[in-house]
Amino acid sequence: MSTATATSAPEQKKDAPLGGRFVGAAANYIDERTSISGLVKELGRKIFPDHWSFMLGEIALWSFVVVLLSGTFLTFFFQASMVETHYDGSYPLMRGVAMSAALDSTLNISFDLRGGLLVRQIHHWAALVFVAGIGVHMLRVFFTGAFRKPRELNWVIGFVLFVLAMGEGFTGYSLPDDLLSGNGLRIIDGMIKGIPLIGTWTSFLLFGGEFPGDAIVGRLYTLHILLLPAILVALLALHLVLMIINKHTQFAGPARTNSNVVGYPMLPVYASKMGGFFFLTFGVIVLIASLFTINPIWNYGPYDPSPVSAGTQPDWYIGFADGALRLVPPGWEFVWLDRTWSFNIIVPLVVLVLFILLVAIYPFIEAWITGDKREHHIAQRPRNAATRTAIGVAGVIFYATLWAAASSDLIATHFMLSMEGVIHFLQFTLILGPIIGYFVAKRIAIALQKKDREVVLHGYESGRIVRLPGGEYIEVHQPVDQYDRWKLIDAETYEPYVPRPNAKGNIPWHRNLRAAISRWFFEDRLTPLTQAEIAAADAHQHHSLDHMDEEEAAEIAGADQRAAEDGRPVNAVGEKASAEWPSPKALNEANETDEGDAPRA
Amino acid sequence: MAHDVDPLEHERASWKPSSGLAVEVSDPAVNPGLPPHRERITDKDPAAMQRAVRTVYTLFYLSVAASIWAVVAYMVFPLDGTLAAVHNNSMFVGLGIAFALLAIGIGAIHWSKAVMSDKEYIEPRHATRGRDSTREGAIAVFEAANEESGFGRRAMIRNSLIAAVVASVIPGITLFRGLAPEGEDPVELLEHTMWKKGMRLALDPTGRPIKASEVTLGSAFHVIPEELAKLSHHEGYLEEKAKAIVLLMRLPQEDLIEAEDRKSWSYDGIVAYSKVCTHVGCPVALYEQLTHHLLCPCHQSQFDVADGAKVIFGPAARPLPQLPITVDDEGYLVAQSDFTEPVGPSFWERH
Repeated sequence: MSTATATSAPEQKKDAPLGGRFVGAAANYIDERTSISGLVKELGRKIFPDHWSFMLGEIALWSFVVVLLSGTFLTFFFQASMVETHYDGSYPLMRGVAMSAALDSTLNISFDLRGGLLVRQIHHWAALVFVAGIGVHMLRVFFTGAFRKPRELNWVIGFVLFVLAMGEGFTGYSLPDDLLSGNGLRIIDGMIKGIPLIGTWTSFLLFGGEFPGDAIVGRLYTLHILLLPAILVALLALHLVLMIINKHTQFAGPARTNSNVVGYPMLPVYASKMGGFFFLTFGVIVLIASLFTINPIWNYGPYDPSPVSAGTQPDWYIGFADGALRLVPPGWEFVWLDRTWSFNIIVPLVVLVLFILLVAIYPFIEAWITGDKREHHIAQRPRNAATRTAIGVAGVIFYATLWAAASSDLIATHFMLSMEGVIHFLQFTLILGPIIGYFVAKRIAIALQKKDREVVLHGYESGRIVRLPGGEYIEVHQPVDQYDRWKLIDAETYEPYVPRPNAKGNIPWHRNLRAAISRWFFEDRLTPLTQAEIAAADAHQHHSLDHMDEEEAAEIAGADQRAAEDGRPVNAVGEKASAEWPSPKALNEANETDEGDAPRA
Repeated sequence: MAHDVDPLEHERASWKPSSGLAVEVSDPAVNPGLPPHRERITDKDPAAMQRAVRTVYTLFYLSVAASIWAVVAYMVFPLDGTLAAVHNNSMFVGLGIAFALLAIGIGAIHWSKAVMSDKEYIEPRHATRGRDSTREGAIAVFEAANEESGFGRRAMIRNSLIAAVVASVIPGITLFRGLAPEGEDPVELLEHTMWKKGMRLALDPTGRPIKASEVTLGSAFHVIPEELAKLSHHEGYLEEKAKAIVLLMRLPQEDLIEAEDRKSWSYDGIVAYSKVCTHVGCPVALYEQLTHHLLCPCHQSQFDVADGAKVIFGPAARPLPQLPITVDDEGYLVAQSDFTEPVGPSFWERH
């Protein structure tokens, strides 16, 4: 967008158009054929709110651009064929080895094409960053409630993008036809065969005959460079268009309300920041790719069904699925009705599908529980939605346990534990971890809400210790700057859903269920602060601080007086106190005039 | 920006409240409004602004230099087949590109933050839904289209069209039957391997036959059928190998627990088991000699070779299939027959 707008900024003909006569004429030419000036006028100064966490989605976006650029380069050299060939490139250890054309061309990209290895590694690292970027972006959106109306559909689109990204990752991982990727496909084949009814034939059709066959690399290649990217780009465009239509959420802050956007304009600030961030993302990926080797296929050799090395790992985003397979206890397979029911495959598959399906439809579940039909444009702080945060933490623990299980053998060898012990521990963690995590996270979130309230009403701990005339020591609480304080005030509140009898005077079971879930969801919420409470607390705080200053001044005066009586040197009364410790009133004035930013002068 | 217009007004007008909704606070905390603009150092001090500008263009020129360096590195670090040369080429070209990109990025962001105006703007949001008048217009469009086409009225036309469109997709799906070769039955293929009566057990991958006398106590051999080594890839080498791989181990006779009907399947303490994991098909390649356990490195299923290769840990459910073996006249180990059950991961039709 920035490039389109940059070339067509001026629309009015003047004697000397903006950017010179050529730019003016070019802009006029384009506008007369596209009426693009309307778009520029509409979007050019569109306001975007600022927060570091809003960059997480940008990481995903820009690393995808890097994936596209580097991947396009690789397609010019890669051969997606499983035809047998004998390597005769320049890497001595593989010379003469029988392998598929796919691995042969991958080795040639790595060893006989200058910069080829670099681009391969950029592509692989960028893909890892892409999926990771989507993951953290999803976590940000989830924990801040940014999926609420009107953004539920965009959440679902983003979720589909996440699944597509994993699909892209797996299909790409399998292309070089090396030992590791072949073993990955072998596992996929085994999983597919375990699916009831359709499994055997699905595998047979996918691999074009028996595993491994000579078709799978070519087929995955078509998916990897044509079908999946086409869907991905289309949905990504839709994702961004919906973001512009809905406008970005913003965190609560001074002047920010549910019906405005506070921030910087698209042109020039956001275009420049976003453009700069693209180069930063790209640069960091290239830096990693030039310094750290990933997927050294020349060490693995061609795929052969017989050898395998210990400690093999899938790419990180497939780990949770692999881990789910590992956590199944022995013996979950039965022959029934003369057919094999492989519950050691079916159960993890069903659990994974249910898990990611719950993630996909969570916005609709929460909307049903809360019954909230308003638009929400203020991103919540996670602590202010304690139950959602706790659900999210439970989900993260569940995912992380599956993920850790994919490395159960490495955990066992690195930490000198028994393999069985690690698996049993993770099996328990998978069940108990989310439950414990839920309660701990919920309590922490509520405690943090209370802490915020404490700070809003009574100020922050200033670290200034004062001894009162009676000998008592207290720590002075300083009021928070009113603009910072606003960020701590949670303005939203809810009541649980109350079921009402229908025309027949009955309450249907599903309404009772909804009411029960709603009570659970809003349990232990804090009533929101009112302006009256804040004003009262302010008044009290000013009073007590003033009082303390008076006490302090009196104390110092008394000390000085005693010193004068004893004939010791004396400071001017009151001067020291006010010079080092401005009174809260002085502090507030300082805040308002934007001069002093710390209590210590 | 018309501040007197409430942008959410038309949404509220059509908003039907129900019980359990979010509640309004009667005396909500008052938003303090936008704080006064705080000047940056670069706004206050022209010298600081000058420095920031200099930093930005220095970074951009450094980027040009790094790009030139990347091209130079492309030329001065050629490839010669050694890992070191590949490493140098990748690293030095990559570092050049990385610094060129990073310098642009850092420069642009410094420009945005230190030089460009940092004044915050407030823009009103509008409710996402269309105004009622717009919606009425949209409904009128559909009503007119429905009236003029009879889509709702002429049910036969509509329903037959839906049927036709759905049916037209099916031939396309049918074509995908061609993904797998015809005349082959996957169930049939999965039930057999290339092992046959009298086929010699040979070393993987050379294909050298193994004599029973070579198999010393405690040793383990990776085994393929002797004929497999002669196959090339297009003759199905990998497909046959994926089913036929076998692990051969010799255990002390007294350690071996054998079922009555399988006593003849081993030879002098030598047993042969399929190397394909019964879980999802990884090669069960790790043999622990002391415990006679086989470990699958993919999902950590463990099999006890001494006791019919039964599962003792992990997600696998079935023991590894045993290959009945004996020796031929020359003392080479041979198969008595194919496996008596399908090898590898379970599948639906297996029974």
